[in-house]
Amino acid sequence: MGKVVAVTGNEAVAEALRQVNPDVCAAYPITPQTDMMQRFGSFVNNGKVKTEIILTESEHSSMSACVGASAAGGRVITATSSQGLALMFEILFIASGTRLPIIMPVVNRALSAPLNIHGDHSDAMGARDAGWIQLWSENTQEAYDNTIQAFRIAEHPDIRLPAMVCLDGFIISHSIERIEYLDDNEVSNFVGEYKPVNPMLDIEHPVSYGPLILPDYYMEFRKAHDAVMSKVSKVVLDVAKDFEKISGRKYGLFETYRLEDADIGIVILNSAAGTTKDVIDEFREKGIKAGLLKPRLYRPFPYKEIGEALKHLKAVCVLDRADAFGASHGPLYIDIASSLYPYEKRPILINKIYGLGGRDYMPGHAELVLNELVEIAKTGKINVVKEYIGVRE
Amino acid sequence: MATTPLTLRELSKKEVLLTAGHRMCSGCGAPPVVKMVLLASEYPVVAANATGCLEVCTCISEYTAWKIPWIHSAFENAAATIAGVETMYRSLKKQGKIDKEIKFIAFGGDGGTYDIGFQSLSGAMERGHDMLYICYDNGAYMNTGIQRSSATPFGADTTTCPAGSVVPGKLQKRKDITKIMAAHGIPYAAQASPSHWQDLMKKVKKALEIKGPKFMNIIAPCNRGWRSATDDAILLSRLAVETCYFPLYEVENGATKITVTPREKKPLVDFLKPQGRFKHMFAPENEWMLKQAQEDVDKEWEKLQREAKASEVS
Ligand SMILES: Cc1ncc(C[n+]2csc(CCOP(=O)(O)OP(=O)(O)O)c2C)c(N)n1
Ligand code: SF4
Ligand SMILES: [Mg+2]
Repeated sequence: MGKVVAVTGNEAVAEALRQVNPDVCAAYPITPQTDMMQRFGSFVNNGKVKTEIILTESEHSSMSACVGASAAGGRVITATSSQGLALMFEILFIASGTRLPIIMPVVNRALSAPLNIHGDHSDAMGARDAGWIQLWSENTQEAYDNTIQAFRIAEHPDIRLPAMVCLDGFIISHSIERIEYLDDNEVSNFVGEYKPVNPMLDIEHPVSYGPLILPDYYMEFRKAHDAVMSKVSKVVLDVAKDFEKISGRKYGLFETYRLEDADIGIVILNSAAGTTKDVIDEFREKGIKAGLLKPRLYRPFPYKEIGEALKHLKAVCVLDRADAFGASHGPLYIDIASSLYPYEKRPILINKIYGLGGRDYMPGHAELVLNELVEIAKTGKINVVKEYIGVRE
Repeated sequence: MATTPLTLRELSKKEVLLTAGHRMCSGCGAPPVVKMVLLASEYPVVAANATGCLEVCTCISEYTAWKIPWIHSAFENAAATIAGVETMYRSLKKQGKIDKEIKFIAFGGDGGTYDIGFQSLSGAMERGHDMLYICYDNGAYMNTGIQRSSATPFGADTTTCPAGSVVPGKLQKRKDITKIMAAHGIPYAAQASPSHWQDLMKKVKKALEIKGPKFMNIIAPCNRGWRSATDDAILLSRLAVETCYFPLYEVENGATKITVTPREKKPLVDFLKPQGRFKHMFAPENEWMLKQAQEDVDKEWEKLQREAKASEVS
């Protein structure tokens, strides 16, 4: 068995990366990720890992070096936040389109302008359709566990796609929580030896990566990528089963909390789910049947399973920690709405935008939302579908 | 390592690693440059290629002209990409998972090197990766249709800075990329030309024997962009050397050495005249352009000679 520790999110993810012991890491500083890669750099320089580290001159080059290193034939990591992820945008699609299982923790932070270093989900949401797998984490334990599982998922022979592990900037990355670490050998046995596919360093079998594909074949590549995406859910569940065996901790595609018999519900990602669960308990004590759904695998989005889990509710509020400017609603809302669309009888949906740029999400916000849902469930009437909360008028 | 003598007889016995059948324009200067570079290596080579003519024309659908492991990722990141490959090599070698000696080369056009890939190149050089970066310099963004780059020579007519009635083509000088790379303090930076193939291959051989980051800028005429005769690539690259527009030199551990000194320095117009992109400079009202272009070349050539002299002394 592993040991119980009190650590920050960044520390725990760095520890998971040390235990996985990748072949190459590319790193570039950005708040709030910085101290994760600082920690990893110190593992490298103190001989705690076999990893070769590339301290690049930008995140664009970090992701580019990851593409080269992964195509060369080994296990590759990097990590970033916010502007760094935005700068990588072009290469994210190259990593996924080339089917390279690079693992990247994303410590979620707001995007400029205005400049803000605090937590929200704009960065990862902006990259949600880049063909990567995205696992989201409520707390430090989940961030640690997701990081370890991400390698198995991404490297699975049916998948071979890069994966981001998202955790909330500062709220998780810099807060100390009590968590359980696995033993080093449990982690290394769990992730196993890396199995390269068509490695560039196999000079006896030269391969060309990154061809020009014209209209006669491009769509077939995209269709193939889509087909691979559709296999991810099963692998995520299989890997979770194996992970439960070594950790005792259960993971699914998403977490439900007191949802089965609920009338009203909140859908929310990452750390704010914890606060919301406490408030749901208070409402339950008052006899109000409230519940929660927290997506874990956000890309590919498990539409069917989430639709099934939510369809019986009367009213649901999706809380988005990012906006999708010019779209009908926040990004998570749009996904939840399309999950529910196939059902003739479906909950009434509303959308709140909260917590941008590190604005605190307080129990009072969850209370307000749940009270509104109680009203909607009773009357069937909505005042406004999309609304910013916890904001000055 | 036993090296193949640089004679046509011996070189012709080696396999050409960029095969025929690629789709570069006939008479393009880039493929002979790549073939010479790969022929010069005594080691297996793994290459990265920036987006541009060379990349777009050599690997389409399931057809690849590359007989070596090769990767294209994006336009501005060939240096970072090969740095990643090279780092994985070091990691796996350290772990005993690989033992072969392999060399790492990045190919980028002038746009992918002087301009958009400049940061990625500078970073890779500073970090000291064991790699050779080769810029095949045709002096414009050719793949997208002959747009100005910072390698475009003064005066040239391009599609984004055409020779117009008010602005007569490009009014700025070329960026001196080779000296900028040498100023990174890397062990080896050089210029070469396919017209002087032995000099070119000798430089590649030398570069590949040196540990650490190396840079070479190789002139690669483009008949489409230069508006020149299809079969003039080698002739024009020779004229570029003989007019001292593109001097052949190397900077090894800080010491500059001119490797080919023209017997007689030809006037720049000999290089400009056969190229349609400079045609407007020969109009009477643009005489000043010819003059300025010649003065720039003279100044740079004198400076280079001074640097070479200073290196001799020290
Ligand atoms: C980020 C980005 N911007 C622009 C382009 C479009 N583009 C592709 S190739 C190219 C020009 C390449 O010029 P150069 O590097 O000189 O190589 P050449 O085609 O001349 O051989 C441009 C502008 C791109 N692929 N990526
Ligand atoms: S456009 Fe110029 S550089 Fe491109 S393939 Fe043709 S000749 Fe070569
Ligand atoms: Mg060019």
